[in-house]
Amino acid sequence: MTATATSAGSGSRGPAPSLRHRPSGGSILADRAATVVLWGTGVFVLLLLGAIILHFAMAAWGVVSLSFVLDDPSDAALGGIMPVLWNSVYMLALTMLIAVPVGILGGIYMSEYAGDNAVTSAIRFAEEAISSVPSIVVGLFGLILFVDNFHMGFTALGGALALTLFNLPLMTRLSEQALRAVPQDERSASLALGATKWQTIRHVVLPLAIPGLVTGVILTAGRVFGEAAVLLFTSGIGTPAHYDFANLDLTNPASPWSPFRPATTLSVYIWKLQSEGLGAFKNQIVDGSAAILISMVLVFNLGARLVGRLLTRKLTAA
Amino acid sequence: MNTGDEMLVASTTYQEPLIRRVEVSASLAAEAATTVEREIKIATSHVSISYGEKVAVRDVSLQIQDRSIMALIGPSGSGKSTFLRCFNRMNDLIPGARVEGEVSLDGENVTDPDVSVVELRRRVGMVFQRPNPFPMSIYENVAYGPRRRGLNDRGKLEELVETSLKRAALWDEVKDDLRRKSGLALSGGQQQRLCIARVLATEPEVILMDEPASALDPVSTLRIEELMRELREAYTIVIVTHNMQQAARVSDVTAFFTMAEDRAGYLVEVGPTGQIFTRPNERLTEDYISGRFG
Amino acid sequence: MAQLTTANRMASLRAAPSFGERIDLPRRVVFLAAASMIGIVVLLLGFITWQGLQLFLKDGVPVTQVLSSTWQPDSTSPDVTFGLLPFIAGTVFVTAVALLISTPLSVGLALFLSEVAPRWARAIVQPALEIFVGIPSVVWGWLGITILVPFLSDTFHHDLALSLPVVGEVFRAPGFLTGFSWLAGSLVLSIMVLPTITSVSFDAFRAIPQELRTGSLALGTTRWQTIRHILIPAALPGVLTAVVLGMTRAAGEALAVQMVIGNTPVMPQAISQPVTTLTSQITLDMGNTVFGEPWQDALWTMSLVLLIISVASVVLVRVINKRRMAS
Repeated sequence: MTATATSAGSGSRGPAPSLRHRPSGGSILADRAATVVLWGTGVFVLLLLGAIILHFAMAAWGVVSLSFVLDDPSDAALGGIMPVLWNSVYMLALTMLIAVPVGILGGIYMSEYAGDNAVTSAIRFAEEAISSVPSIVVGLFGLILFVDNFHMGFTALGGALALTLFNLPLMTRLSEQALRAVPQDERSASLALGATKWQTIRHVVLPLAIPGLVTGVILTAGRVFGEAAVLLFTSGIGTPAHYDFANLDLTNPASPWSPFRPATTLSVYIWKLQSEGLGAFKNQIVDGSAAILISMVLVFNLGARLVGRLLTRKLTAA
Repeated sequence: MNTGDEMLVASTTYQEPLIRRVEVSASLAAEAATTVEREIKIATSHVSISYGEKVAVRDVSLQIQDRSIMALIGPSGSGKSTFLRCFNRMNDLIPGARVEGEVSLDGENVTDPDVSVVELRRRVGMVFQRPNPFPMSIYENVAYGPRRRGLNDRGKLEELVETSLKRAALWDEVKDDLRRKSGLALSGGQQQRLCIARVLATEPEVILMDEPASALDPVSTLRIEELMRELREAYTIVIVTHNMQQAARVSDVTAFFTMAEDRAGYLVEVGPTGQIFTRPNERLTEDYISGRFG
Repeated sequence: MAQLTTANRMASLRAAPSFGERIDLPRRVVFLAAASMIGIVVLLLGFITWQGLQLFLKDGVPVTQVLSSTWQPDSTSPDVTFGLLPFIAGTVFVTAVALLISTPLSVGLALFLSEVAPRWARAIVQPALEIFVGIPSVVWGWLGITILVPFLSDTFHHDLALSLPVVGEVFRAPGFLTGFSWLAGSLVLSIMVLPTITSVSFDAFRAIPQELRTGSLALGTTRWQTIRHILIPAALPGVLTAVVLGMTRAAGEALAVQMVIGNTPVMPQAISQPVTTLTSQITLDMGNTVFGEPWQDALWTMSLVLLIISVASVVLVRVINKRRMAS
């Protein structure tokens, strides 16, 4: 062994090259090129996002104003987008009303109760499957289930239900992650004091998971707000003319508060305008609406970060 | 051996822990004088390493002779591993790490910004605490370094893989399924020898070993130590170890590190292993060796 | 006295669980919430499959006709034909080109974020990607119509572009050259799936143990060599998963594609040509057809095809990941 080592060892080597000598220049050059290209991808994404935001800021200039947000649509003038904006907010609230409790409860099961068994893996498979089903197909499922089978027609409720089942996997997964992030010690401490499992979840785990849960809710809300394909065939694509907010009769389809009426949202309105809109102000209206959608996306994203951080600070300080 | 004298001068002009520094350098110079026949492979002069605000290693100056084994010992947190990593500039990979002072390999300063770290690391190989074979066959693991250097000739590669595995004392155990078996399928001790073979295949001059046997069982540890003694014939080896028996068994020279009050590691003394373990100059070293501290 | 208390305690430990404990209502409620997703999947698969098969069962259209390339769904026409091949091929080709564009970009971006970017750069690029995810598809479609399509139309007609060796050939190929095209659809999709592929690949790269990087770099290899020969092979199952997920998203995207693709039911031949996809046709025709008529049944069959694609991709991702666990 020793003999092999000495015969092939450094003793037989010639003088070592200087460290400043660049070994096989190709690999160094390739490394430099790769570094430049990889930085390039990062710069590209930032430039693209910057360009998009700038584009909509410019396109919205002179279009988006208080009256654009608060007025009814008009055939003759620029008009406003008040009814569809209202519908977006209304549908968001209705969807979250169902999706948040169900999603958080499901998240609790997956994080606190689910064992390593066939049922759990079936739930996981279902979660992944729904997430991967195209939104247009979910919309069609809503059409067949709510519109045709339940004879509901195009309604806000049908749209909200379709949106709920489309976003349930996301809400469940985000809740599960938020709950799992709570340290195991906290659970053990509570159980050791004689609390039941549910008491532990209710009084220890859930409060500690609030920042994560709130972030999950806001992220889901962002996705719900912009979704259109699910709604085309569930809540309808008509253009509402005017809403009378004094009409509080929830069973009356004319009331903007009623879930039993067609409800075209902002996203659906953009799609409808670009595909069949003829008015002279079509492009301005779509630009303005898209700008509002983009700003909402920014608000939801920043909101999720900010609220998550604030709540964490508050909870850890308390 | 002017280098030793120069260091002595440099140390006396340096103001802070004056007395101890002079003593260390003096003992080093004396040591150097007794073993003149070997060249200095690595020399450090006033090396300090810090991460952001925290100083991890302060003002270390020492010399390592060609084809010898130097052991760096000391309590954990004394900066031995950090110091080891400045020889092949692995500290570059840690954001915020800063190395001051001079580290030279064959008289060339390796901390110079225009030194090619790629070339440096080819000449100064490294074996890590936890064996880290790549998720590929044994053959590919060993051929990895030479291939990246542009060696694609099949015959030469095979020869190089074989000699490297033989030198790492692994050949007989793996020669039958070199290309089929994954490096990850080997036992811990075999994996570490594979990592040594992988380093040998890049034909380095210096091999740095960062607690190479701490994750291994006693039998594998002995094999690695045996291997190190064989490799000493051809390579300069620097080993960081927690195991004092190991340092005493394998090394020619031992350097003892400890922590200052601000938790920065520094060199207490360096000398022939026999001397360090039997009659150290420093009280701190004696306490550590005899188990009163650390 | 003390003994008595202990005895009482012992007794209470052995006491039968209360009614509430036996039923464990909270557990049942949260289980129902989670299991509701199984119900949704079963219903969804059932309804879409049933509706999707009506074209064959009720309307008696032979499977061979569905696999032809002629789309003539109007019942007043003399030769009604429900060839779905143009839509399937459109979806496949538009998705394929989108992935060809997006995969290198996304994997590069994932590598940038995980291997190259200093902390500050990552802190800027990652939130930017999250905003990309949030941009609604109608906005992407609108950007496509107002910026990309006019740009492509100019380019298609530009002499310089036409005189280029390979690109010119592509642009000269058959098509209306309005800018509404296969290429426009693929480009819009490539940006839309970029965050998906990037974030899943990024996770795959982050999951690689640090020791492999230091092990490779310590042998005197460059960062790029380490990426190419160690990190990419090690992360390959994860990157593959990312591409499959991107593919699923691209194939299922409806509105943005429909807005820029030109909606022409022909077999795709040139990238400059207007074509159509399964989702685009459903989006366009669903509202204009009557429930129960063969035309609409053909649309349901298209949605069944989409459903099969997405379920297949879920299974594919599981297979890839099982392999990874095994190795």
